[in-house]
Amino acid sequence: MTLAEKIIAKAAGLPSVQPGEVVTAQVDLAMIHDSGGPRRVEPILKRLGTGLWDKERVVLISDHYVGDPNEESHAILELTRQWALKNGVKFYDAQGICHVVLPQKGHLSPGMFVVGGDSHSPTGGAFGTYMFGIGATEMAGVLATGEIWIKVPETILIEWKGMLPPVVCAKDMMLFLCGKMGMDGARYQAVQYAGAAIGAMDMPERMTLSNMTAELGGQTGLIAPDSTTAEYITNAGGSPGRWQEWATASGAVVAEHHVFDATELAPQVAAPGSPANSAPVDTYKNQQVDVVYIGACTGAKYVDLKAAAAILKGQKLAAGVQILVAPATKEDQRKAAGDGTLKVFEEAGAKILPNACGICAGYGSARLGKDIRCISTTARNFKGRMGDASSEVWLASPYTAAASAITGYITDPRSYAGAS
Amino acid sequence: MESLGNGRAWVFGDDIDTDVLAPGRFMHRPFDELAQNCLIDISPDFAKNVAPGDVLIAGRNFGVGSSREQAAQALKARGLAGVIATSFAGIFYRNAINLGLPIFVGDANEIKNNAKVGLDVDTACLSHEGGTVRLEKIPEYLLKIIHDGGLVPHLEERFANERAGR
Ligand code: SF4
Repeated sequence: MTLAEKIIAKAAGLPSVQPGEVVTAQVDLAMIHDSGGPRRVEPILKRLGTGLWDKERVVLISDHYVGDPNEESHAILELTRQWALKNGVKFYDAQGICHVVLPQKGHLSPGMFVVGGDSHSPTGGAFGTYMFGIGATEMAGVLATGEIWIKVPETILIEWKGMLPPVVCAKDMMLFLCGKMGMDGARYQAVQYAGAAIGAMDMPERMTLSNMTAELGGQTGLIAPDSTTAEYITNAGGSPGRWQEWATASGAVVAEHHVFDATELAPQVAAPGSPANSAPVDTYKNQQVDVVYIGACTGAKYVDLKAAAAILKGQKLAAGVQILVAPATKEDQRKAAGDGTLKVFEEAGAKILPNACGICAGYGSARLGKDIRCISTTARNFKGRMGDASSEVWLASPYTAAASAITGYITDPRSYAGAS
Repeated sequence: MESLGNGRAWVFGDDIDTDVLAPGRFMHRPFDELAQNCLIDISPDFAKNVAPGDVLIAGRNFGVGSSREQAAQALKARGLAGVIATSFAGIFYRNAINLGLPIFVGDANEIKNNAKVGLDVDTACLSHEGGTVRLEKIPEYLLKIIHDGGLVPHLEERFANERAGR
């Protein structure tokens, strides 16, 4: 069986499962946030007349409306806090973006079957956890019963041979794949990433791959656990368990197997409208930018901040360019403050925003105004996503975003690689 | 073979997304108003004229886009008997089942727009004047959710039974 099939079989209590089969799986953990969580599930739970199936297996994280000065947002956060208190679930209030907080606090381990009330839930796949996103009705069902139906997906294996060149990273891989396969390239299948380039990556980089599996249309984005995974989980206070057991068996059947060469990958940029509008950075090199956004679960973890700072260090911003930095979590921000990374941004005149979804979700006072062109480390660039409908979002890696801040137009970070 | 019934076919192409099913500009409006504007941008008559028993036939990747449940909910609210497409976006497929909207993978593209059709949900057969198209059957477990009217009524029934000690 593939890694996906093994985890689903375990969750369903079956010796084996086949793609296409519908099974009922027991959920190990359910993650919800302030936007799709309490305010949406509580009315359904009321109607069902039940409480939570197991409050120990529910994690609530406030991130979407955090830092948004508006009254409605305050009311939603208040409702979220009250619900957490009443139900006694684990609650991380304003600690950062859910997809990063969850593993950072040691909640994910290889072989777990986890649902999240958010479309970027495949992020958990980086830990060898089968994690996927569901809507509010389904989440209410899970919270009431601890079960969910799943149609066993086929697996698409994406292998990256060789090592990535300097200043090319996981974000470039995903933008490249979106361009190559399209947003429905993985037709709700389980994507699994493998190969030398993946083995060499740290966990936050792997999370970027799994995160943007959502943009490929996959249900989850798995990476088989190795010693890097186990070490991260142990340091986070979790337990990696018998992680060696969670791998795709040799000879397991996959629906597709793609092989790419990491050594040849150039930094990628996606033009506004869709992550699939991606091309090597050179294609768009004369596009002028107004705002550089280093943020989101996809692109503002500590390693992302460090990557951007490596390019920015000792450089001046182009006139008229603004940099906004929203470290993904409080912990990432603390680390970045501790080793001087944050100072690089401050010296460059960056505005440091709350550890929250912020303008990635179109919330907060920093939202993009009319006709503003932004280069962003986020995952989505649909029309009007980060503010006014006339604003533009160009997706790129933290390296490319930082290099573009120095010149004021989309810039290949390899010209600043010496700085890192 | 089941009778033709008096349903009509509404035929669409590939990549019908959640933004045309549940337009963003009506998302903050009451649900009825949203449903009345389902598909308005590509088929102004649909929401107005669709009748119980009608089916929607589409190409590949139906329901692509966001995870908003209202996309499936709006189709159901307009009385559609079912949706047939050569493929569906994953989250839309889940949402449709969980909201009780019959949904079938199959190729019914030989059927013309506005043709008379009859859909048998249990046998997954779509009859039309030229014959019968066999669709992929909905797995038993999911069919039960659909017959119960969606996940919430399905669970309500289950909990009621548990309370009654059945
Ligand atoms: S940071 Fe953006 S992509 Fe990530 S969970 Fe928040 S809104 Fe979604």
